[in-house]
Amino acid sequence: MKSCLVVDDSSVVRKVARKILEDMEYIVDEAEDGQEAYDKCKHEMPDAILLDWNMPIKSGLEFLKDLRGFVGGDKPKVVFCTTENDVGHIAMALKAGANEYIMKPFDREILESKFERLWS
Amino acid sequence: MKEENNFLISKFVQNHSGIVLGSSKSYLIETRLTPIAEQFGFKDVDELAYGLGSAASDLKNAVIDAMTTNESFFFRDNIPFEAFEKIMLPELIATARKTNNKIRIWCAAASTGQEPYSLAMILLANKRLWSGINIEIIGTDLSDLSLERAKIGRYTQFEVQRGLPVQMLVEHFKQEGTAWFISDEIKNMVKFSKSNLLEPFGLLGKMDIVFCRNVLIYFDTETKAKVVKSVYDILRLDGYLVLGGAETLLGISDLMERAEGYRGLYRSAGAKNNLTALSA
Ligand SMILES: C[S@@+](CC[C@H](N)C(=O)[O-])C[C@H]1O[C@@H](n2cnc3c(N)ncnc32)[C@H](O)[C@@H]1O
Repeated sequence: MKSCLVVDDSSVVRKVARKILEDMEYIVDEAEDGQEAYDKCKHEMPDAILLDWNMPIKSGLEFLKDLRGFVGGDKPKVVFCTTENDVGHIAMALKAGANEYIMKPFDREILESKFERLWS
Repeated sequence: MKEENNFLISKFVQNHSGIVLGSSKSYLIETRLTPIAEQFGFKDVDELAYGLGSAASDLKNAVIDAMTTNESFFFRDNIPFEAFEKIMLPELIATARKTNNKIRIWCAAASTGQEPYSLAMILLANKRLWSGINIEIIGTDLSDLSLERAKIGRYTQFEVQRGLPVQMLVEHFKQEGTAWFISDEIKNMVKFSKSNLLEPFGLLGKMDIVFCRNVLIYFDTETKAKVVKSVYDILRLDGYLVLGGAETLLGISDLMERAEGYRGLYRSAGAKNNLTALSA
């Protein structure tokens, strides 16, 4: 089974994402902001990370840049999941090392389709 | 809606499109046709049903259109597109170089265009491989509304996230507000036109690949067999037929044989079969 860290400051989004990912047989852990996510990753790298952009303390983009610079931080597949819905932000995320990008609002089908293709 | 009108409309739809609605679909008929009835000045769907037999073609088209299911998404099921890139394309390129330098691909129920456009994106990414070869992609459908949308190439934020890798979104689409427009470069690679699978389509000319996905499921066995026979006739002997993930020709036709490795992939019975590499 693969693991996924869901990083979002909204508990509702975390709950929805957790449910869908668990149905896809991921082992899910959660973090409320980029800093907490970074600490968890340092402790143990997940296989995948679902990542919000705007969060207090440390943003998703800052977290991603830190993660990719960290030993073993190239391993997790990172899927942004954010209301930042313009090409500029998407390009920035890809440049920083994101693997996929989900524009909110998302549904089960989108999340499933993005995660299924991560490993193919 | 009256039972007899349910029957009248189902019969009409089946005769003109092959789509079998069945009596359980009366709710579907009523919800989908109520706006059409209003638009054409009928009191309700019952009144529309009476007028249908002698109706002008725009009303008939609108009814058929409303009863088709046009759902589609980019790179649907993924595997056929992988098979297209890794197996069909290299093989057909090799053949084309030895023969007429042409490859013709037909999406026979192209709906709103995601399927032919996905193929075009794959082709563009592999441009070097087929330099000097003329590749045509033809998308046809029965639904005018779907074809219109396909030609415009405008998709919602939801549609561009179902199946389409974000890298391709950034590369091939332009954003305008919440809408995403496919690039002219991709658009120019696909020709769309209206065609009914129940009517002769030999005029389209011989094809190397036919994507006929998620449309046979709506037909009865006899219609399926008829359409498959016509597709078989239009396919070059070493060509490929690609069906939807849940579709099979088992018990429908033995003109085509399943290619090893991927469920929806068929070739003329007897054509060589080198798909073992793809384990799906
Ligand atoms: C569910 S869509 C499939 C789209 C695409 N091939 C895919 O797999 O995503 C089915 C399409 O078949 C079309 N269709 C139904 N009956 C047809 C017929 N007799 N001739 C041509 N197209 C037909 C509908 O208009 C609809 O767009």
